Amino acid sequence: MVTLLYFASLRERLGCSREQLALPSGNATVSSLVEVLRNRDGGWTEAFAPGKSWRVAVNQQMADLATPVKPGDEVAFFPPVTGG
Amino acid sequence: MARVRVQAEDFDVGRELESLTHGRTDVGGLASFIGLVRKTNDGQAIQGMTLEHYPGMTEKALEDICAQAHGRWDLIDTLVIHRVGPLVPGDRIVLVGVASAHRGQAFEACEFIMDYLKTRAPFWKREDTAEGSRWVEARASDDVAAERWKG
Repeated sequence: MVTLLYFASLRERLGCSREQLALPSGNATVSSLVEVLRNRDGGWTEAFAPGKSWRVAVNQQMADLATPVKPGDEVAFFPPVTGG
Repeated sequence: MARVRVQAEDFDVGRELESLTHGRTDVGGLASFIGLVRKTNDGQAIQGMTLEHYPGMTEKALEDICAQAHGRWDLIDTLVIHRVGPLVPGDRIVLVGVASAHRGQAFEACEFIMDYLKTRAPFWKREDTAEGSRWVEARASDDVAAERWKG
């Protein structure tokens, strides 16, 4: 299992701030997680459609589609940041 | 050495900047930046805003940015304070303070920290306008500003 977190506009759009997800079999990466999310109904497909602007962090470090994900990891999805 | 704080409450600018030089005689320049909530954005009046962040990662990201600044310039001390939660126009959002032996290093490092904070630290602003609230879109100009420090 991995913990998924969603922030800001993405959290509101998906109506979800946190969930536990079973890892896809094989060598899981951010890309394989996104594939699972994209296959969900409702706003999920649209939110994770190719070309959509979102960022991802694995264990609180900025990551990308190729970043490996292992059991117990914390994976966060969010829009481009706007602090400062 | 770097200090980072994420907090809901306001900060005392004088006291915080003083903490960067207190009891020291090696600081020759102290550069600072203060970001405030503006009353208009993209042509619309702003009644207030709420800052969301990613607890844990935000602090790590700010510490990492300060560590990078210490690696690139000869700095004595750095401080970043960023507020979260509800804010109104005129409120302070962020303070960056950089102490160095010479001003050039302090100015550059201060600008670097802000440019990286704006593009890498997980904060998100939601503005309240007369027509409702909206999430602030990231600006391409902020990415351009951060890019110039590469290489």
